[in-house]
Amino acid sequence: MNMHTQPQRTPAETALIDAFGDRLSLLPGDGAVMLKRDDAIEAIKHGLPTRRIESWHYTDLRRLLNVVPDFDPAAAAKAIAPIVDGSTVLTLLNGVSSAKAPVVEGVSVQRLFEKLTDGSIAPGLDPYGSDDAIGALNTAFVADGYFVDIADGVELEKPIELQNLQAGGQTHVRLPVRVGAGAKAVIVERQAGEGAALTSSVCQLVLGEGAEVTWLIVQEQPETATHLAQFKAHIGKNAKLTLFVMNAGGRLVRQEIMVKTTGEGADFKLRGINLLAGDTHTDVTMVLDHAVPHTASTEVIRNVVTGKARGVFQGRINVHQYAQKTNAKMACNTLLLSDDGEFSTKPELEIFADDVVCGHGATVTEIDHDHLFYLMARGVDEKSARGLLVKAFVAEVIEELDDEAIVEALEARLDDWFVTHG
Amino acid sequence: MLEIKNLHARIVDDGTEIIRGLNLTVKAGEVAAIMGPNGSGKSTLSYILAGREDYEVTEGDILYNGQSILEMDPAERATSGIFLAFQYPMEIPGVATMEFLKVAMNEQRKARGEEPLKIPEFLKRVKDAAASLNMDMAMLKRPLNVGFSGGEKKRAEILQMKLLEPKLCVLDETDSGLDIDALKIVSDGVNALRAPDRAFLVITHYQRLLEHIVPDSVHVLYKGQVIKSGDKSLALDLEANGYAGVIGEAA
Repeated sequence: MNMHTQPQRTPAETALIDAFGDRLSLLPGDGAVMLKRDDAIEAIKHGLPTRRIESWHYTDLRRLLNVVPDFDPAAAAKAIAPIVDGSTVLTLLNGVSSAKAPVVEGVSVQRLFEKLTDGSIAPGLDPYGSDDAIGALNTAFVADGYFVDIADGVELEKPIELQNLQAGGQTHVRLPVRVGAGAKAVIVERQAGEGAALTSSVCQLVLGEGAEVTWLIVQEQPETATHLAQFKAHIGKNAKLTLFVMNAGGRLVRQEIMVKTTGEGADFKLRGINLLAGDTHTDVTMVLDHAVPHTASTEVIRNVVTGKARGVFQGRINVHQYAQKTNAKMACNTLLLSDDGEFSTKPELEIFADDVVCGHGATVTEIDHDHLFYLMARGVDEKSARGLLVKAFVAEVIEELDDEAIVEALEARLDDWFVTHG
Repeated sequence: MLEIKNLHARIVDDGTEIIRGLNLTVKAGEVAAIMGPNGSGKSTLSYILAGREDYEVTEGDILYNGQSILEMDPAERATSGIFLAFQYPMEIPGVATMEFLKVAMNEQRKARGEEPLKIPEFLKRVKDAAASLNMDMAMLKRPLNVGFSGGEKKRAEILQMKLLEPKLCVLDETDSGLDIDALKIVSDGVNALRAPDRAFLVITHYQRLLEHIVPDSVHVLYKGQVIKSGDKSLALDLEANGYAGVIGEAA
């Protein structure tokens, strides 16, 4: 027996490495991009992260990623209606951008494969670190996406909806978005499809001074899909970002959120709801860096766990040494509705400044029996009463968004989930 | 309409017996007042009628229109026409009051085999009922009872009672937390519902409420039993002389 042998590759690792060899000639990119791809696949050759890697402790990717579908050029996904009527829709159908992107004044949209081909986005392709498996996977395989630039001062009346839709196979997309100084926008990121697809999706958002963005991630993949996603943002001076994440599907889901406040007065709000059902695994992992003084953040995550579902929320807030007067609050509340379900929460505060207000809290509860009795005492049968209370638990977070069209749209998605899983 | 026979009930958690052989009959159209000192079992009786699971009936029966309700869950009791106005209505964040009213009204209609209310008709009923109770519609846009004052919660209970049109109304200390103006409005709301086919069980500590909602009968509850029954003059007697005399007589 040789102590130094690498652990045997899993079928998934082998499939990814083989797929890279097969796809290489089809992947767009200049020399710089192709070098980044080579580095990325090297990282995967070292093995997918296991529970021994701290940031993957609750999501052992090596064990959980047990199926990697082949690329499927014949898979045809269809565009869906946007959640808010009148939105500007940019579709990625099985990983391919549209040649006919709609035109909105003050917004420039480029197909990402062009920017890969000319190498202009190569600098943004580096993974986050050695344990950034999603970044590496995406960099190795990314073939398309959109580059969206909202000019300074532009206030969009209607949301932009980015639809990333799969019909099986593998898709790897990237969505860099720049929002100029003083600009205002609502951006909806839809992640959905059918079949047992493997998707990696990386969004990179930069907010200029005083910009205000509400970004909604609506993830409704089928219960056979693997969805590995990253959302990275830099929030400039006096800029405001509200990120809303709704996970309501997927067999294996990891949504990473990496946010940095880069200018004084920056404000970040994370609101998330995880609706977990079946035999699925969903992980939301956030790393937030308060990197400059006088910035604020609040994070509220609400989870509903049914069936044999497993959920994870890791929230790490780093307050840098010079980031005085930081104000950060994080909460994670779980409604556990089944004995077989589980939810793991890991809040972490790492504070190097000495004049800050930071806090976190986590709760796990069942349905409140007094509330249930009250509703039933008004004639609402037990099943409907439970449904009302579970919906109320998560709807509270949605209502905070304070934009009627968005609240209605998200509540409709919520109702959809309850119809199927309630 | 309501017949309680030799009822014994205890708290499920610790087995403490609260109701110890209670007998009471309330006829259709009757307003019966239940009075008694603290800890006599008044609120427990109201919860048992509504079907709260924290209490277990060990002996006796509760007949509503001749049928035992002991095997019915709270929702079934409610749709059959039993309504409890809570002493402490629960705040339920995230459940919009209007949405809740619509669901409750339509669930009850469904149970009676009626069509759900059309939205304009629903809104009209709520507006009319709210106006009669001097309630601001803006309040009903908030989550159920959240941030309502004590008096607002009690009004919201009576509003629900008006909208659901129950046949047996149990009012658990509806007067507590009300100032004199609110007491008048709430009492008027209750009186407007008095009808030959509807009965009321008005649970209260004080004679004050009974000046506004004049009872047909008054029953004194002590240690889980009705120890004395009479007409409205019994309430006045209790107000003047306290419970001690009545308890002494019974002992």
